[in-house]
Amino acid sequence: MKIGKEFYKGFIKENPVFVLLLGMCPTLGVTGTAVNGLGMGLATTAVLIGSNAVISMIKNLIPEKVRIPVFIVVIASFVTIIELTMAAYLPDLNDQLGLFIPLIVVNCIILGRAEAFASKNGVGASILDGVVMGLGFAFALTLLGSVREILGFGSIFGVRFVAEEASTMLLFILPPGAFISLGILTAAINKLSMKKG
Amino acid sequence: MEYLIIIIGAIFVNNIVLVQFLGICPFLGVSTKISTATGMSAAVMFVMTLATIVTYLAQTLILDPLHIEFMRTVTFILVIAALVQMVELIMKKVSPPLYQALGVFLPLITTNCAIMGVAILVIKKDFGLTESVVFAIATAIGFAIALIVFAGIREKLDLLDVPEAMKGAPIALITAGLLSLAFMGFSGMV
Repeated sequence: MKIGKEFYKGFIKENPVFVLLLGMCPTLGVTGTAVNGLGMGLATTAVLIGSNAVISMIKNLIPEKVRIPVFIVVIASFVTIIELTMAAYLPDLNDQLGLFIPLIVVNCIILGRAEAFASKNGVGASILDGVVMGLGFAFALTLLGSVREILGFGSIFGVRFVAEEASTMLLFILPPGAFISLGILTAAINKLSMKKG
Repeated sequence: MEYLIIIIGAIFVNNIVLVQFLGICPFLGVSTKISTATGMSAAVMFVMTLATIVTYLAQTLILDPLHIEFMRTVTFILVIAALVQMVELIMKKVSPPLYQALGVFLPLITTNCAIMGVAILVIKKDFGLTESVVFAIATAIGFAIALIVFAGIREKLDLLDVPEAMKGAPIALITAGLLSLAFMGFSGMV
């Protein structure tokens, strides 16, 4: 029950992208296809779980005044681990995501959860928080990536479902499409949550 | 000529915000008034240029000779965070009026991915020091143009009757999309 509630928090109520509007750069930058969105989302989730776990373990050792630099070093270390792992095992995805992998380090969601949650709660709760918030982020990126891929390429997860010669709305793959799709998705989510009251 | 291509490319063709999606947080966050947008742009320009020089030197003088390139992410973020803190302290001491104008924006800049992004980009593009500085300044000008134009549009947007669900972020994102579409017109220029 508690876990179900946590997932509701990460996916809908406090969704990092649609509700909190955090981590906008990777959200817009890598969601040309559903696979890229999912890959970026999972990479971020991995960093978030790792940093949340470590920060909650060492929270009592960190002096109050230097906590932000300490958090940043912890996060940057996990980003480096992910960066090297991806370069070794998923070179194609790594090339596609390019610059945005090292930039996970400045993703405000991660520092935000470290400061707002992991520095105040136990290890188990922090890991769970990392999982739900990370997956909520991955969910938003995959959703946006799917919408853009369906409209722009006529495919989903690389499987093309429209005729070979059919023309698709390339606009949605190009940068303007990222802004417009995210704008419309956020508006739709606003509308839904307003109805619920 | 080479520098001209870098400048035009960074300002218009590969605009950091509208085409490369870096620095979206300040782009959406501080773009409600032209005056704050201008202040933020100036602060970004200042820090971006300095940060690019310092991280470039850190890469070529420390990371490369020691063959510890994998430490790049950790090193760069620490250098940038320390630099921003230092700029804030020095500015407070040396030029209080400038600090008054830009001070509030400085802490926000550490987590601005445009700064870190440009620092990594110049390494990936194999630029020399002068090219890097030119690239950083041009990118910052591109950021300023996008931010100030966008703030101008948003000031007008406040006066319009927008559907309830579209208010705030959604309409801002769609406006940014149209602005980005306009910037697509520059593609192919270099």
